[in-house]
Parts: sequence; C-alpha cells; structure tokens
Amino acid sequence: MLTSRALVRGFKIGFWRPLSSTSSLQAVHGKDMSADVLDCTAPQYNNRLDTPLPDVPFVRKLNSEQKQLKDKEKGPWTKLTKDEKIALYRLTHELSFPEMRKGSDEWKSVLGGVFIFLGLSGVLVWWQRVYVFGEVPHTLSEEWVEKQTQRMLDMRVNPIGGFSYYWDYEKKQWK
Amino acid sequence: MFRAVVRLSTSGVRSLARTRPCNSVPLASRCYSHAKVETDEEFDARWVTYFSKPDIDAWELKKGMNTLIGYDLVPEPKILDSALRACRRLNDLASAIRILEAVKDKSGPYKDIYPYLIQELQPTLSELGISTPEELGMDKL
Repeated sequence: MLTSRALVRGFKIGFWRPLSSTSSLQAVHGKDMSADVLDCTAPQYNNRLDTPLPDVPFVRKLNSEQKQLKDKEKGPWTKLTKDEKIALYRLTHELSFPEMRKGSDEWKSVLGGVFIFLGLSGVLVWWQRVYVFGEVPHTLSEEWVEKQTQRMLDMRVNPIGGFSYYWDYEKKQWK
Repeated sequence: MFRAVVRLSTSGVRSLARTRPCNSVPLASRCYSHAKVETDEEFDARWVTYFSKPDIDAWELKKGMNTLIGYDLVPEPKILDSALRACRRLNDLASAIRILEAVKDKSGPYKDIYPYLIQELQPTLSELGISTPEELGMDKL
C-alpha cells in the first residue's frame, strides 16, 4: 500500500518535473521559446473550402528566388510562365481545392483494425468455450428437454400467445 | 441570377379559431419581417462597389471574398471581375486563381455555372493574364 503510493508519487514527479522546469527556465530567461511553439494569438494559415483566401500566406519566409518571383508578380501577369504561376499559387496556398476535397483511404485501415480485433475476441471466446467451460447441466440434455416439453404442454403453458398455442392437441403434433 | 433566393418568414400561420357558431371561419395572419428586402441588382452593385475601391487592401479583399463565398449563391461575373481587378491592384495572382477555384467549388452539382462564368470573364482573364486552374493543370490531382 505504502510502496504503491510512493510509486504513484514518484511517477507524478517524474512526469511533471520536466514540463514545469522547462517553463520556469523559460520564464527566467525571457523569450527563449523553441521555434515550433505555435502562437495562437497570431493569424494562422488554414486550408478551408469555405474560406478560400487564408489569413496569412502558406510560405512566409521567402528565399531570394521566391522574392524575385514575387517581384515579377508586380509586373504584367501575361509575362509569367505557367510554372511561375503555379509556384506563386503554391507559395500562398498549401492545398488546392481538388486536393482539399480528396479524402483518404484511412477508413479502410480503421475498418480492418476493427475486424481484426473482433476476430481476436471471437477466438478468445471460442477458446474459452472449449477449454475453460465445464460440462453443460444435465437439464439441457435431449431426454430431459423432451420430458420438459411434454410437461409444459400438459400444463398448457401460454395457451393463447405462445408455446401451447402452437401444439395441435388433437393431432398430437406442432401446428 | 444563380442565387437560391430564400425568403425567410419569421413564423408560420397564426389561426384564430373561435368557438362561437356564427364565426366558424379561422382568421389567418402571417408574420413577415418588415425589413426592406435587397434586390439582386442592389446586392450585385454593392459588391462590385466594394471590390472596386481603388486603394482596397489585402485584408479587405480576403474579408470580402470569404464573406461572399459564405453566402448561398454563386457570385455574378461582374462581381468576380471586380474582385479579380482588385487582386491585380494588390499584385496577388494566387488569390485570383483561388477565387476561380472557389466559385467552381461553390457551384456544386450545377456543372454549367463555371463554364459560363469563365466565358463571361474571358476578356478580363486575357487582359490581366490570369490563367484558369484548368489551364495550369490544377483541377486534376
């Protein structure tokens, strides 16, 4: 009991300490955050069918070649080649409309995984039935069930809605 | 012209059925909003004016376009023409192509709207040098 509690405490410290210490370090040293921490107050790029023009362009840091292309964009667009036009589009947008609409085949993997696990469960259940469960009670044997059925018919069990209703007492057979 | 005009009524029929025998006809009254309904021409004119602003800035273009795409309609060619010229003033070819993609997507199952729009916009597209997504091969994956 005591050992498990110590274990839990140790686990908690081990889990939280790295997180808390890095943030306290950062607070001490000022704006020392790693580059891939997302600032959620600034506008973000998104691919949305209902928002065709995103808030910010996809590529914001342009290298010199891209900057040259952007300068060429300020002139007549008739002078741009097809590849340059496509490149300009891709600078501002990550995915085109057909790419956004594409969808994926992930559902097949998901369904496959579901069936695999259902199958494994089925195997477990079968194994359990065969190797774990003992014999079935004697009241389910053929002989007993026959005698039981006859007794139920003699008692007129459910003569209106079911069971005895389906037995033809004159002809002594099921209807 | 391509707009699905939906006139919303604020509530259904209110019928007053009196129980007195002499007045067996129910009185029906409808409740419509009393706001003035904008005509299609006024709507188009408003948007053409919006995009025709000479010193339109990038944010206004984005805001206008995203709002326009949010409506339940495909914009008229004259609105799109105005928007494409605004892209030209802002030196933004990518947005011009994106606008064409967006209206094609907006047409949904009505496949003959987009060819009509391109046909109407062809003079502007040639003048400004805007290639359609089809010409750039971007309509196929």
